[in-house]
Amino acid sequence: MTDIPATGSPKSSGSLDHMLYVLRDNPVTLLAFILFALILLSAVFGPALVPYDPLQTDAAKALQPPSWDHWFGTDNVGRDVFSRVIAATRLDLTISIAAVALSFVAGSVLGSIAGYWGGWLDILLNRILDTIMAFPLFVLAMGIVAALGNSVENIIYATAIINVPFYARLVRAEVNIRREAGFARAAKLSGNSDVQVLALHIFPNALPPMMVQVSLNLGWAILNAAGLSFIGLGVRPPAPEWGIMVAEGANFIVSGEWWMAVFPGLWLMIAVFTFNLLGDGLRDIVDPRKRT
Amino acid sequence: MLSVKDLAVTFRTRRGPVDAVRGVSFDVGRGEILGIVGESGSGKSVTSYALMRILDAGGSIRAGEAVYSGIDLHSASEKDMRDIRGREISMIFQNPRAALNPIRKVGHQIADVLRQHARATRHDARAKAIAALEAVRINDAEARCEAYPFELSGGMCQRIVIAIALACDPQLLIADEPTTGLDITTQKAVMDLVRDLIRERGMSSILITHDLGMAAQYCDRILVMKDGAIVEQGLPLDIFSNPQHPYTRKLVDATPRDGESIRSLLPAEDRRPEPARRILDRPLLEVRDLTKTYQGKSGPVQAVRGISFSVLQGESVGLVGESGCGKSTTSEILVRLLDPTSGKILFDGRDLAEVPAPAFGRDPRRGDIQMVFQDATDSLNPRHTARQSIAEPLRRLGERLRGAALAARIEELAGLVGLPLALLERFPHQLSGGQKARVGIARAIALDPKFLILDEPTAALDVSIQAVVLNLLVDLRAKLGMSYLFVSHDLHVVRLLCDRVVVMKAGEIVEQGPTQAVMENPQHPYTRTLLSAAPTPPLRRAVA
Amino acid sequence: MASYPRLRAVLMRVAQSVPVVVGVVVISFLLTRALPGDPAAYFAGAAADEASIEQVRVALGLDKPLIQQFFIYSADLLRGDLGRSVSSGQPVAADLAKRLPASLELTLTALLLSCGIAIPLGILAATKPGSWIDHICRLLVTAGVSLPTFFTGILLIYFFYYLLGIAPSPLGRLDFIYLDPEHVTGFYLIDAALAGDWETWSGAAKQLILPAVTLALFTLAPIARMTRAAMLTALSSDFIRTARAAGLSSGMVLFGYAFRNAMLPVVTTLGMVFSFALGANVLVEKVFAWPGIGSYAVEALVVSDYAAVQGFVLIMALLFVLLNLIIDLLYTAIDPRIGFAAK
Repeated sequence: MTDIPATGSPKSSGSLDHMLYVLRDNPVTLLAFILFALILLSAVFGPALVPYDPLQTDAAKALQPPSWDHWFGTDNVGRDVFSRVIAATRLDLTISIAAVALSFVAGSVLGSIAGYWGGWLDILLNRILDTIMAFPLFVLAMGIVAALGNSVENIIYATAIINVPFYARLVRAEVNIRREAGFARAAKLSGNSDVQVLALHIFPNALPPMMVQVSLNLGWAILNAAGLSFIGLGVRPPAPEWGIMVAEGANFIVSGEWWMAVFPGLWLMIAVFTFNLLGDGLRDIVDPRKRT
Repeated sequence: MLSVKDLAVTFRTRRGPVDAVRGVSFDVGRGEILGIVGESGSGKSVTSYALMRILDAGGSIRAGEAVYSGIDLHSASEKDMRDIRGREISMIFQNPRAALNPIRKVGHQIADVLRQHARATRHDARAKAIAALEAVRINDAEARCEAYPFELSGGMCQRIVIAIALACDPQLLIADEPTTGLDITTQKAVMDLVRDLIRERGMSSILITHDLGMAAQYCDRILVMKDGAIVEQGLPLDIFSNPQHPYTRKLVDATPRDGESIRSLLPAEDRRPEPARRILDRPLLEVRDLTKTYQGKSGPVQAVRGISFSVLQGESVGLVGESGCGKSTTSEILVRLLDPTSGKILFDGRDLAEVPAPAFGRDPRRGDIQMVFQDATDSLNPRHTARQSIAEPLRRLGERLRGAALAARIEELAGLVGLPLALLERFPHQLSGGQKARVGIARAIALDPKFLILDEPTAALDVSIQAVVLNLLVDLRAKLGMSYLFVSHDLHVVRLLCDRVVVMKAGEIVEQGPTQAVMENPQHPYTRTLLSAAPTPPLRRAVA
Repeated sequence: MASYPRLRAVLMRVAQSVPVVVGVVVISFLLTRALPGDPAAYFAGAAADEASIEQVRVALGLDKPLIQQFFIYSADLLRGDLGRSVSSGQPVAADLAKRLPASLELTLTALLLSCGIAIPLGILAATKPGSWIDHICRLLVTAGVSLPTFFTGILLIYFFYYLLGIAPSPLGRLDFIYLDPEHVTGFYLIDAALAGDWETWSGAAKQLILPAVTLALFTLAPIARMTRAAMLTALSSDFIRTARAAGLSSGMVLFGYAFRNAMLPVVTTLGMVFSFALGANVLVEKVFAWPGIGSYAVEALVVSDYAAVQGFVLIMALLFVLLNLIIDLLYTAIDPRIGFAAK
């Protein structure tokens, strides 16, 4: 055999090995994962561990700047801002993960079908997506939540609906590219039915580019939910949620009480920032070509 | 005119510095056509990029000098280099349509170069551009000037690229694989044009190619490169009849040529006798009046217009033609990935076309007809290891093997195709071109098919690897008794491998018959054109 | 002879907008018919009894089947009648027309600002990879997409108004000491300039800066990211290699060849950016008390003023469809391949 051997390790890395390698190789990804872990922990354990009850009011202690007692100060009805900020993580994270999961599944299924079989299904899907995307997305979310009712559930549905076009279009394009690829045809020669080729061969290869989109979307879904509550839709007071807290704090910032708006806003930024950084790292973990 | 001494080029990569060119020295005389031949990774293209100082960001000339008319190209300033590029030394590349700006009219692109080197002003640029197009023998130059690249054929685009390169009358033309991606007849037209223009203008030229045969036909002298160094140089005839360096000998052996056997493609020490093969008298596959019509944008397109041929049991038939002739469509129909518009495909007497393509995956005959694809990179699932790729047909069809039986069969197949067992756990991007080709072949023969369609299986491989893979295919067909349909544009390979050949053009069969007869005595004018267009390397004298 | 396929492509693109517009009208109709609260009860007043509420309902046409309501609605639309606002008592169309210029002035200023920064930044980052400009660009992009618009607006107010005192109080388009300029376009900057009233001009400009910057920061990131990516792709294309090998100057290569090709995907991205901008507009208008259609809609939502909300959603969508159409036509003008068998 006169082949030139390619560079490569003698045995391929297992999935866990590969994940650790990606984390070690790219410090930014590591940072993102650490932050993500912290956020996740706050969401799960936060409400149990915070020093004060997020809903407990105390008129006497209203509008106090940050101090050792209250790290982030207190708001206008005396609630501890720090506890509310940490407790809000759970709500915001739940909304965004649920919304993105819904739109990922719906968009993937629709996009795969349209991208693989084409024909009138494709045309129909394109028309529907065009109509959804004809609305400025935030405006559409406003409209949906306004129509269906002011509840957390409806924010999730609204966010999911406006996100579906991104996934559907992306999956459709990726499936389309690979539909005539050699390995798809080979899979058919191996006895796979069309559905099997799509689900087991083509779609898994479309995952790496989608990973970036998923994490960007998570960040954007949080921004969206916060924006909606900022204008009074969706989550209602006194539930702790970053958007509402910024809205309430906005009234006081012009008179100098900055801590009520700044801390929740900062936490919001950090969460979204983490998800954006996470995107590239997730893609590296999922893409087999990054395995040396 | 150009004198290169000890040129060394290094690339900075994530894994450390890589020496792409290691101390290369050669001269190009006035009016001479020098060929640089090598396989992928030999450094032949990098050398020319270094001369023109258009290396990628990570590359730099580490040492050496390249003196052109008294100027050292290595140490010249960027401003001087810009003057030299296009005006003294020009370059043309492979993949001509991608080499042109897609949103700019071709006339303007030529005019840009003319005006950059002050050979035209705004007012006479168009006229001079038309003149440049006429110089490369483009008819209707004035109309072509206003065209965009996407409106032109591949051959026409390459002419435009040549026109741009020659617009300012350079002294030296570097051609980097200028015929890759073009049809054989177009290749010949382009190479003839380049050679004629060079001779007419008294220019020198460097032709970079992986095709030793083409280099021998068009070049005055040849350099052979491997791993960044020159291993041999000399006249084409000498190189072919008396190669000194073992690598040159391997390359010369591997270049398919008339009058040789398939074993002669391999180095002498690897040649074992050709295995015996039986061709039975009964047909395995009979194609009758096959047609395929598509619905195109401007009306129906007839890709295949009623073709008929047959393949006997144990026989290898070659299917040749240029792009657009319908051979790919035909092979897709035969392997049942596509349905014909009409016609019969009799396999062992029963019509395959009765079962529509989407349902054929469940037909018991699925395992009898398999395919080896052209681009092994594209045909292996990037997420599957080699083992998983080969396992796929074994798990879904036939006996549906699992566990130990599956593993045993996979290892047996790996042995048959000469794939080291350790490589089974690797992903496609961790395998070389030849290794991927072997995996593709192992997968195709996994179910012991009676009929194998090979769609240009070695087109993307280096010539020495091609030699090995072709010989492997020869061994396999004897061992497993398979019939082949070998689709290719390379007539020399078809001659070595196939018993009969079918020539297609524009959806029809123009000629078919025993290979020897068709190749030596072609009846149809198109067959004759094809044969004369294929580059013919010089015959070798018998090695003493 | 070459323009016919292009013309056909242009016409087809315009024709494609029609079903989209129809879909938009249907969806906005459905959405606001589903608004909570009974508009009839609201109109009739707190003291009304069942009978008068029913009377109001019939008068408003709310008792008819949904399909019929839709056709009545469409017919009204074609006449330009968007209904009457409950809170202001004015026709919604008039309300929106009055407030639209404010939103447009804000959005267009912001977009001009962000393109003016993002595109050169993206080009520089692509031509000097690894340099400090490249790092700034990437930092800006990652941070930029994380910034909540309403939060940046608030922060900017805090810094520039409260702490530094440079910015004026965020209370709308023009401080009350100035008079509105004579209405020509509705754009204060243009109207004031046309009238030669530079004091009012600077007053309007000062109010415009902070909200425009807030919105611009939001749109900066996707434009810079796409410009950088598109330039990188263009610069590594084969035809750039040909151009350099032919000795073309770096200016010609960069702008004549690479930039024009890179602009194609950037123009496409602008459509998406507009969508985000129109949405973020709503938030910015709330923070800065900007009297545009965004704040109009937020106020209307709170009081279930369904005609106003409907009108808002519809106008926003139609505006967006128009913008996308313009962008696609622009794209067709730049890319000669459109209309032919696209690669």
